[in-house]
Amino acid sequence: MIEVRDLWKGFGPQPVLRGTCLRIEKGEAVVIIGRSGGGKSVLLKHLIALLQPDRGQVLVEGQDLCCLDERQLLQVRRKFGMLFQMAALFDSLTVYENVSFVLQRERRHTEAQMRKLVAEALEMVELRGIEGKKPGELSGGMRKRVGLARAIIYRPEILLYDEPTTGLDPVAGARIDQLIHRVWEQLHVTSIAVTHDMASARRISKRILMLNEGVIYADGPSADILSSTDPVVHNFVNGIVPADSQSFA
Amino acid sequence: MVVPILQQRVRYLFSELGELAHIAGEAIRSLRHQRPSWRDFVEQLHFIGVKSQSVVITTGAATGMVLCAQTYFQFHKVKMDTATGAVVSVGMCSELGPVLACLMIAGRVGAAMAAELGTMKVTEQIDALRTLATHPVDYLVVPRLLAATVAAPLLTAEAVAVGIFASWMVGAHLLGIDSAYYVANMNRYTAPADVVTGLIKATLFGAAIAVISCYKGLSCQQGAEGVGKATTEAVVYSSITVLVANFFLTLFLTRLFKG
Repeated sequence: MIEVRDLWKGFGPQPVLRGTCLRIEKGEAVVIIGRSGGGKSVLLKHLIALLQPDRGQVLVEGQDLCCLDERQLLQVRRKFGMLFQMAALFDSLTVYENVSFVLQRERRHTEAQMRKLVAEALEMVELRGIEGKKPGELSGGMRKRVGLARAIIYRPEILLYDEPTTGLDPVAGARIDQLIHRVWEQLHVTSIAVTHDMASARRISKRILMLNEGVIYADGPSADILSSTDPVVHNFVNGIVPADSQSFA
Repeated sequence: MVVPILQQRVRYLFSELGELAHIAGEAIRSLRHQRPSWRDFVEQLHFIGVKSQSVVITTGAATGMVLCAQTYFQFHKVKMDTATGAVVSVGMCSELGPVLACLMIAGRVGAAMAAELGTMKVTEQIDALRTLATHPVDYLVVPRLLAATVAAPLLTAEAVAVGIFASWMVGAHLLGIDSAYYVANMNRYTAPADVVTGLIKATLFGAAIAVISCYKGLSCQQGAEGVGKATTEAVVYSSITVLVANFFLTLFLTRLFKG
């Protein structure tokens, strides 16, 4: 279970998160939506303590991440897997070395076992026979799938997705969504994604949280949020520019 | 107007020093608690040590030859031609060898380290490392620090040897100094302490270059501009550190070894 209490974070004088509160139960499939630059990725990075808040708490199974130093956080992060917006594959390593990274660091598996686990992880994301390739030789969609394989190989309990479909064509995006849904179903993980892609949010979530002005503005089952009549939620979900809007920001 | 700017600069300097000390401390902590990756260490040793040889050998040879020629031109006026080898040898072993070799390492290796780690930072690869339960210092800094600490004295020794040999070639074969006296005086006036001083300096310079360059890469700001700035600062700060530290190390080590 993840709980965020009164989370504040700013970069410079402008606060991005202004007392955000949320609670996500084990096994949920949650999507956080909100405007670009509205703090979704910042919030996601707080959940795994990649950023430290100015104020507030992030609790993972009751443990406050803000009280831990970087080495203590490494143990907590073992519960998490994360897919980054641009996949963040290590470009000096091959696909095999990227996917088996955690296993190689742990030194608990033989080379044969690691080969088998990497093949299984790549199979799950529908990629075969690319172990020897470098990330630079892969398309954007393939990179994200390799990133997903790298995140699931050590069977984390919580998977975080930062804009999983950004930069992909609709078909590649839908394929990533299918994989995210399949991983959630088969591995029984808690799935938390941030996106402003409503089609993606519909496909991969059971519950949607909307971040607006640094706080959780709306929270409910996906169907309810996507059909909400609240003007802020409705306008965002349907891409409607409010009549009184002064800018495209 | 001047005082607040000065205060700001001093505060920035101490904050940077604090961050550097923190990274160095984390690296030592990492070395105490876990075995570094042998493979990463060897890769870095190859990159820092083997691939820097051409630049370090060229630097050593050029310095040895020029130092020999200039010393000879001055000593020849007072009929001390055969002391040229001693001056070159002592100078190369204790001062010019470690300083110039490490300045070259700072330029070549420091820039590469900062650029590589900086690019990893701006493409979220450092964050990815952290999500994979890996401390960036363990994986990125420790192998580079160990490799630079081992490679710098070896490269310095190579530069010194090549420099002395090149100076002998110039002195004995081009300038006409008697080879036997050249070598005899060199052996007579070069103490083991001179060699040890140079190697200790190079070891410390290598460690400083690695820590500074890794810190600059890991604290890189966003975008291509941030990577460029980090790379420049890594080279500048490493070079200045080598030059300033050399002065204090000369004082300290000379007192230590020669009383």
